[in-house]
Amino acid sequence: MIYPDRATTVTLGCVLGGAAILAVLNQLTPAASAVHVPGFAVSLVGKYLCYAILALAIDLVWGYAGILTLGHAAFFALGGYAMGMYLMREIGARGVYGNPTLPDFMVFLGWKHLPWYWHGFSHFGFALTMVVLVPGVLAAVFGWFAFRSRVSGVYLSIITQALTYALMLAFFRNEMGFGGNNGMTDFKDILGVPLGRDSASVGLMLVTAVVLSAAFLLARAITGSRFGKVLVAVRDAEARTRFLGYRPESYKLTVWVISAMLAGLGGALYVPQVGIINPSEFAPANSIEAVIWVAVGGRGTLAGAILGAVLVNLGKTWLTSALPEIWLFAMGGLFILVTVFLPRGILGLFAARRSSTAPERESAAAESAAAETVVREVTG
Amino acid sequence: MSQPTLLYLDGITVSFDGFKALKGLSLVLEEGEMRAVIGPNGAGKTTMMDVITGKTKPDSGRAVFGVDTDLTRLDEPAIARLGIGRKFQQPTVFEPLSVRDNLLLALAGDRSPRFALAARETPVERGRIEEILLTIRLAPERYRRAGELSHGQKQWLEIGMLLAQEPKLLLVDEPAAGMTDAETADTAELLREINRSRSLVVVEHDMAFVRSLAARVTVLHEGAVLAEGSIDHVQNDPRVIEVYLGR
Repeated sequence: MIYPDRATTVTLGCVLGGAAILAVLNQLTPAASAVHVPGFAVSLVGKYLCYAILALAIDLVWGYAGILTLGHAAFFALGGYAMGMYLMREIGARGVYGNPTLPDFMVFLGWKHLPWYWHGFSHFGFALTMVVLVPGVLAAVFGWFAFRSRVSGVYLSIITQALTYALMLAFFRNEMGFGGNNGMTDFKDILGVPLGRDSASVGLMLVTAVVLSAAFLLARAITGSRFGKVLVAVRDAEARTRFLGYRPESYKLTVWVISAMLAGLGGALYVPQVGIINPSEFAPANSIEAVIWVAVGGRGTLAGAILGAVLVNLGKTWLTSALPEIWLFAMGGLFILVTVFLPRGILGLFAARRSSTAPERESAAAESAAAETVVREVTG
Repeated sequence: MSQPTLLYLDGITVSFDGFKALKGLSLVLEEGEMRAVIGPNGAGKTTMMDVITGKTKPDSGRAVFGVDTDLTRLDEPAIARLGIGRKFQQPTVFEPLSVRDNLLLALAGDRSPRFALAARETPVERGRIEEILLTIRLAPERYRRAGELSHGQKQWLEIGMLLAQEPKLLLVDEPAAGMTDAETADTAELLREINRSRSLVVVEHDMAFVRSLAARVTVLHEGAVLAEGSIDHVQNDPRVIEVYLGR
């Protein structure tokens, strides 16, 4: 697991290499050139990469632990709101009402003081902590109850939908202090760097590519570890793991919390790149869409989650501008087609061809010889 | 016959929606003993296993393990950690994992997620896995996916996983089901080999197989013990012949 295998190298190469090329084409080519990539396209790719982080988070719990989450966009949105709160405080007195402390929407509501839970968000480090902490804590509480009571399968999926729906309704309320229906927008800068310029877009996109790569390596390390093997065992034969002395609920809870934190990180990177966060990010349909990305790319492969998120969203961008009214039908049709004809997703096509190739056998034989030497040493 | 008692079932009663699966079942197993449990379908054999492993809680009665541990108060992982391993009738191995990874997960040791996240395979673990692979005759298959094994090989792998847990007591449910004659004979030999260091309870239908185990036999009928003794003794018991063997 510490040795980079081909899939890891290819994935990291595509993500980091692709991001670097885009950055170069935007920054170093003249705007009139045929190969110039405009700033909005860079932000668009940055957005796809954020979605890929969400997809990766979903694949960890769905692909490896068998938890079909239909509410992961909630953790994504919570991370986004935490980042949004920082960006709002960054605006300072540059808002429409010029209030140095209160964001515009609070002035508009006639509030006199900053709510207690907004304190600290003017510090980037604090906001960044909340980006992972808030989704993590919510996931821990939710998961502790759900997994301990052995809620699983479709029932768990339904309550994850309920979770994100409940949060959406809550965030719609003005009294919550998160901007209600309109959410948060009109951001000016991040860490003193003005948003909206090409350089900021490129910077954010590159940071997202790096975070995505790190998240991918983390996910590889988790799934390649003994923990990951137990997770697969729990996914396929949960009762059996109990009789071996494992507590499946604690394994599910651990990966669930890690996954929620990753999703939060994705949301935090998403908000400065799209320039807005509002309660529609909690919409139940968003979470379902994200599951479809993973299914299309290939569940339980990690790289497939990234591929699926990018491909489906590319298609969505194109289709919603060319033929906006058929997007939902196309999405539904895609899901049915993939489920019926490509149950292992796009990457499943490659994996099936490679599964019994010669190099693997050779290395297995070598390992086997090594193992026998060890036995002789141990048993004398 | 003065070995200390390992397992003592005392008047266990279990009912499901009014149906009494076990009616005051009592059974004593000595340390190092191998016990064969036979009985017609619905006699309560599997329910008895469920009670011992914590899957089913009895309505009344106690299940004492060792000196004074009441199993009816513990859940499955806690009982597994005490040293009671269980092999199911349908072989349940982790199909996507390799044969040796199946054994690795079963090896006695820390079961916490935190440990598993950082765990590296130690030479001792590697040695133990190779040892078990030899015992269960699966050494050449160590890197194959468990899902690709034959039915009989899966049964053995599961027995290997039990061994890896280093239990004091093994509960084995119909180990010879669906096996060829040669595999059945191998399995009986394997169980006798295991019995040299551990206690076993074997549930089985196949009389020839039970005979080859050379174990004390308990006959269950309608949730209680009908007869107990050597295989010849129970086979000649008129009540046993009537409910089970005579048909």
